[in-house]
Amino acid sequence: MMINKLLHLNPKLFKPTLEHVPNRKGFGDGLYNVGTANKQVVAVCADLEESTQMNTFAKAFPERFIEVGVAEQNLVTVASGLAAAGKVPFVTSYAAFSPGRNWEQIRTTICLNDQPVKIVGSHAGVSVGPDGATHQMLEDIALMRTLPNMIVVVPCDYHEARRATEALAKIKQPAYLRLAREKTAAITTERTPFAIGKAQVLWEGSDITVVACGPLVYEALVAAKQLAAHGVSVEVINSPTVKPLDHVTILRSAKKTKAVITVEEAQVNGGLGGAVAELLGEQYPVPMYRIGVRDRFGQSGTLAELWDEYELNAQHIEKHIYSLLARKPQ
Amino acid sequence: MTTEKLELLANSIRQDIIEMLIEAGSGHTAGPLGLADIFAALYGKVLIHDPKKPDWPDRDRLILSNGHVVPVRYAAMAEVGYFPKAELKSLRRFGSRLQGHPERLRLPGLESTSGPLGSGLSQAGGMAYAFRMDGRKHVRVYCVTGDGELQEGNVWEAAMFIGKNRLSNLTMIIDRNNIQIDGPTESVMPLEPLGMKFQAFGWHVIEVDGHNIEQIEAACEQAKAIFEKPTCIIAHTIAGKGVDFIEYDFRWHGYDPTGDTSDKLRDYRHALSELRTLHGKIKSEHE
Ligand SMILES: Cc1ncc(C[n+]2csc(CCOP(=O)(O)OP(=O)(O)O)c2C)c(N)n1
Ligand SMILES: [Mg+2]
Repeated sequence: MMINKLLHLNPKLFKPTLEHVPNRKGFGDGLYNVGTANKQVVAVCADLEESTQMNTFAKAFPERFIEVGVAEQNLVTVASGLAAAGKVPFVTSYAAFSPGRNWEQIRTTICLNDQPVKIVGSHAGVSVGPDGATHQMLEDIALMRTLPNMIVVVPCDYHEARRATEALAKIKQPAYLRLAREKTAAITTERTPFAIGKAQVLWEGSDITVVACGPLVYEALVAAKQLAAHGVSVEVINSPTVKPLDHVTILRSAKKTKAVITVEEAQVNGGLGGAVAELLGEQYPVPMYRIGVRDRFGQSGTLAELWDEYELNAQHIEKHIYSLLARKPQ
Repeated sequence: MTTEKLELLANSIRQDIIEMLIEAGSGHTAGPLGLADIFAALYGKVLIHDPKKPDWPDRDRLILSNGHVVPVRYAAMAEVGYFPKAELKSLRRFGSRLQGHPERLRLPGLESTSGPLGSGLSQAGGMAYAFRMDGRKHVRVYCVTGDGELQEGNVWEAAMFIGKNRLSNLTMIIDRNNIQIDGPTESVMPLEPLGMKFQAFGWHVIEVDGHNIEQIEAACEQAKAIFEKPTCIIAHTIAGKGVDFIEYDFRWHGYDPTGDTSDKLRDYRHALSELRTLHGKIKSEHE
């Protein structure tokens, strides 16, 4: 097996009994934990308490739960004020509306003003499914990544989302946490190490590097396993922190394999793909392909239909690995 | 259309909504059912339009700001002949023209793309302004919004703009059903005194029973006769109107959500979530 044993990944990773849990639930449990540990943590909600998983916190700490109604600009600016007065605010909505709608307020009152607000955007990606393009946020990584002073984290599963929430609560800096709605594969476990700013090699290989974030990390792993049986050695890196990007881990792998693919459920322009392309373009250019949504909007459909249509599933990842390998100088 | 015919139309729209949502397996239920009478009145009588010519330049414009209730619009459009009723079954499916939230580019007659709340009224204001600039005030602009939706700041920016510019060729219709996702509007973020707010912004305000088609029609007629102000029709509706287990449930009937105890709030939320899923047959997008 090429799996990285040091990471204590889910032993059922490729078994039919593998658990599927939405990563937003990991946020909900993490928020409850940080609320218990730190009395300064407050939760601010914009009429989406349950679906953004704030209900556990709200029930346990009603006096620290603030409802602003359907008002995302107010959501983040109130949070900026709460932070200025010493609170640690977590604010949630769907990613399409926060940070989709309130970008300038985040830019000025949170980033430039340096207030450690944690912006949590749920229901990101095409996997939201039947709701269609308006609700399938794809540009949030790009929007948040270009802001100075902003941390951007895209957890791959339940435990990673929980750990990211707990880690971000301790950091006195603005941050964006991107979550998905659907149940996705449980890749990591309680024992898997996690740190903001750190990428991890989940699967070791030497022919090509795949850097992924979010629920599609699992698709990358499936592709790597499948290709191993055909003699193609893929290295899969999970990079939950899109900003600051873990240059060391990604460059080390790129120098070894000399071909890099990125995988994300977002616009590749400005997303993880953009970030990795910028890094490699400046420091170590190698042939590259960015898997993700390529300058299109989403649409209604099931997760399976949409991951196929936008070429995001393991099968498509395999196909793109083969075409990039063909472009790699021998 | 006679009132009786419009009432039958509303009934067909309700049946379509329930059938299409059960077929789709997900989506909003309560809001669309509560708006069936208003959409029957609009498409069956009030709007000057031609289902066979959705691009006719002189058609009245109907902007749906609360895009999540679009099943009611799709059903009304199919009933009056914009597209075959069979297509309603494709709601929320891959490749369908009937996207989960309305997309102008996919289906002729939609006028605008929506779903993210709070931005319809400004678009309606822009259209009404342009028609007046071009001396085409006979083209009326209607904008339907939710009530929880009014918590968006964008709505009040629009209300000021439309009030300032006295865009009397614009009629806003508010679905005042008193609910939003996290509970009754008046406990989530109070809107009252709603009518006085719009009056203060320079609007003519009419309150109607949103299930009384004659009242809805009369209010729309009155709006046309008022030349110095835009009109805001506050339509009092019952979310889920027409589904008997809701209508005859005390928690819904004449339920006054103001001054809730948390128990009442819980009941209300429970009833709402049952309705949203029509006894578990439909997945709510917000689950
Ligand atoms: C900008 C934005 N924020 C949040 C949402 C999620 N959302 C969809 S419906 C809804 C409730 C709106 O309440 P109301 O306008 O009263 O509609 P009703 O539930 O009565 O149909 C919310 C918050 C959204 N669609 N757009
Ligand atoms: Mg409402």
